[in-house]
Amino acid sequence: MATFTVNGKSVTLDVDDDTPLLWALRDELRLTGTKFGCGIAQCGACTVMLDGAPVRSCQTQVGTLDGAEITTIEGLDGPEAEAVQNAWTKIDVPQCGWCQSGQVMAATALLKDTPKPSDADIDNAMWGNVCRCATYVRIRAAIHDAADTLEG
Amino acid sequence: MLKYLEPHSEPVVETLRIAKVSRRGFLGTTGAFALAAYAMPARAFDKYPTGAEGMPHGVVEDPLVFVSIDADGTVTLVAHRSEMGTGSRTSIPMVMADEMEADWNLVKIVQAPGDEPKYGNQDTDGSRSMRHHIQMARKIGGSVRTMLAQAAANEWGVDPATVTVEMHEVKGPAGQSAGFGDLAAAAMALPVPTHEEIAYKSEDQFRYIGKGEVQITDLRDITTGAAVYGGDVMLDGMKFAVVARPPVVGGKAASFDATEALAVPGVESVHEIPYGGLAQKFAPLGGIAVVASNTWAALKGRDALKIEWEAGEHGSYNSDAYMEEMIATSEQPGSLARDQGDLDAAFGDAARTFTRTYTQAHIAHIPMEPPAAIASYTAEGLEIWAPVQSPYTVRNDIAEAMALDPENVRVNVTLLGGGFGRKSKADFVTEAALLSREVGAPVRMQWTREDDVRHSFYHTTSAERIEVSLDAEDNVTGWLHRSVAPSILSTFAPDEGNVLPLEQGMGLNDVPFDIANIRCESGKALAHTRIGWFRAVSNIPHAWAIGSFVGELADELGKDQRTMWLELIGAPRQLDPQNSGLPDNFWNYGEPMAEFPIDTGKMAHVLNVAADGIGYGKDLPEGEGIGLAVHRSFVSYVACAAHVKIVDGRITVPEMHMAIDCGFCANPERVESQIQGAAVMGMSVALHSGITFENGAVVQSNFYDYDVVRSDNYPTVTTHIIPHPFSVHATGVGEPGVPPVAPAIANGLYAATGDRRRSLPMGVNV
Repeated sequence: MATFTVNGKSVTLDVDDDTPLLWALRDELRLTGTKFGCGIAQCGACTVMLDGAPVRSCQTQVGTLDGAEITTIEGLDGPEAEAVQNAWTKIDVPQCGWCQSGQVMAATALLKDTPKPSDADIDNAMWGNVCRCATYVRIRAAIHDAADTLEG
Repeated sequence: MLKYLEPHSEPVVETLRIAKVSRRGFLGTTGAFALAAYAMPARAFDKYPTGAEGMPHGVVEDPLVFVSIDADGTVTLVAHRSEMGTGSRTSIPMVMADEMEADWNLVKIVQAPGDEPKYGNQDTDGSRSMRHHIQMARKIGGSVRTMLAQAAANEWGVDPATVTVEMHEVKGPAGQSAGFGDLAAAAMALPVPTHEEIAYKSEDQFRYIGKGEVQITDLRDITTGAAVYGGDVMLDGMKFAVVARPPVVGGKAASFDATEALAVPGVESVHEIPYGGLAQKFAPLGGIAVVASNTWAALKGRDALKIEWEAGEHGSYNSDAYMEEMIATSEQPGSLARDQGDLDAAFGDAARTFTRTYTQAHIAHIPMEPPAAIASYTAEGLEIWAPVQSPYTVRNDIAEAMALDPENVRVNVTLLGGGFGRKSKADFVTEAALLSREVGAPVRMQWTREDDVRHSFYHTTSAERIEVSLDAEDNVTGWLHRSVAPSILSTFAPDEGNVLPLEQGMGLNDVPFDIANIRCESGKALAHTRIGWFRAVSNIPHAWAIGSFVGELADELGKDQRTMWLELIGAPRQLDPQNSGLPDNFWNYGEPMAEFPIDTGKMAHVLNVAADGIGYGKDLPEGEGIGLAVHRSFVSYVACAAHVKIVDGRITVPEMHMAIDCGFCANPERVESQIQGAAVMGMSVALHSGITFENGAVVQSNFYDYDVVRSDNYPTVTTHIIPHPFSVHATGVGEPGVPPVAPAIANGLYAATGDRRRSLPMGVNV
């Protein structure tokens, strides 16, 4: 039984230690903004922040999280997140939208590490986030836009 | 009487009506120009027939069904089509709002449940949403505006011709003013005007239509994780279920042992679901279901099941052998799909012939949201929340499967995390419903990605053989195209190996080339898996073959691709179905030929626009090349110009220009996004995505062996939308971007390297 924080709130979950964080978030905490896409860390739809760094929640076992800080799309904030979400809106990135929680997470993490990413930086950083509607063109444009906003 | 559960998400509006009646609104019938006839001068757009009338339950144009106005003026519009990323949930209401002169900022959208007698056809596929509903949306919006103006005229005792409606405000000749909410009750009590009684806006008066400035209604919710999809609805007491399905369609469990599964903490019960197979429409495949207190326990329980599967009659389905059979079939005459001129004479007189054969593996849709659905069965009825493309079909199918009165089944439509045709087939919803009845609690049915890849309704696999006759001057005198592919029909009826006219109409017998003698044939192919429809359907193999063949013929005859395409397309004209050797049952996407003709001028134009856009003919470094292809589908015309570049032994496509003629374009921003998406999905079809079978079972299982285009190799896509006035009928958008992409890439690869590939997927390595 692990105790950790999710979006700033302490949670203790009575689930098996091997339960993926993804299903704990969705089924137990009813935080459904984190999406299931593949279950094997191949698509990025389930990306959350673990102590500030992006991880695939489908491959993160709850038993390993004692004392950890988890941030999901519902709790994402800060200047990078705000810039990313605003850019996503401004550039009309989503189509069906299912992968976009993970895309927003990954883009936010990228901008925290690399405030002024090149096209190559973006394409490398976002490689693990599949979008079947293929919004890649607009994702790249939106990340550049968010970077410009942050730069002021 | 069925009572509906309250979901945690925003509830679906149950009935639509004037929400609140204002005092002023009651004055409706007392004015000088009361009722019955509308006095306004007509400025109607020319109504035209579409295939919408032929769809089940047709089109409903009653504003009282789709519009309600609150006393505070908030306009609530019903979206009756499913939203899977095309934007129809926004764009159709946007058209209503524009014609109504509603302020978009004061518009709310609610999603209709599956109820076609009330809302008209809701089957969201076939690239039909805007094509079949733009007139209806204008009519509804124009009706409401007319009724509001009449209500104001009645109240003010003035000639309605002197009343104007602008941005949520109704104004009279003496400076009178009223809001929509003030007039709503009186307006909605008036008769609905006829088409001729509505003074429609002229196109230069459109605020939203054609501008591309209205953003999709769920945009903010999507970026903040608040949007609700199929698996996101949470009900109290809900159980979580997964199913172990037979690896081979039509197979079943010879025996199973659930002892260890039931020992997994959290697993509550195990159930056998009745077995399905081919010709059973969208019935579940059957299998062993595990119901648990959470998804992870259900998954672990499923892993712990011990099942002996019996493969059944399709256990010998092997893709390699099947492809050889299809190719052999394509060497023999098939059943006629078109016979124009005298092909035998053309071949008899030919100086030479030129023949190529192209193949394509099955495709799985793999929407990013794997199938998931929630069902709650109680003594009072069954309520569903699901990401489905055809909610009324779901309602009836489930009612039939469970012997329920359809009146006691409600299907609420969530957002779809991608559809592409997969979510037209609601086997996963029926599984949830059956289990909810079994366990007496709400159930969430969750498919894993492996379930999705291995138990889909697959896009057909095909062999396409094209042979042309050439005279001594290298003119093409005859065209023989034989297509062999298992049919969608096999999913609905016992399979005799024949395709449907609608499959032939998707790019086989509607080939618009200016060749005197054309014969198109279909060879028999018996299905051994469930054949469904994937974005653009049979257009994919047909366009793949035709587009690649044109590229090869160009090379054979020493011409550039553009010249070859334009020669074959010929002069601008409309294909005359009476004199083209087409069968009586020729399928033009369900649309009347007179209104939605096959127009070679449009086809040539989009090709030229895409080719010019990318600079076709420019000098390129070694290892780079441009490929062209154009295809008509869903009564739209799309051309793709693909710049292929070999980088470190891989096929990359840094740039594409796509040109689309979709008639009048209501929402250019969403058309662009659909075309960008189709370009990249077409690239996945070209390079990556193939489903194969061994001993009846699907070989692939997840993204590592069924990959799609990712962010390391995708094109910047420039979309050219051919502008048209409203009088040029709106046509399809969601699907027609896909078919020309794979042949354009193949032609580009050949131009770059001399490497000609004839099988899809081509693979990404050179």
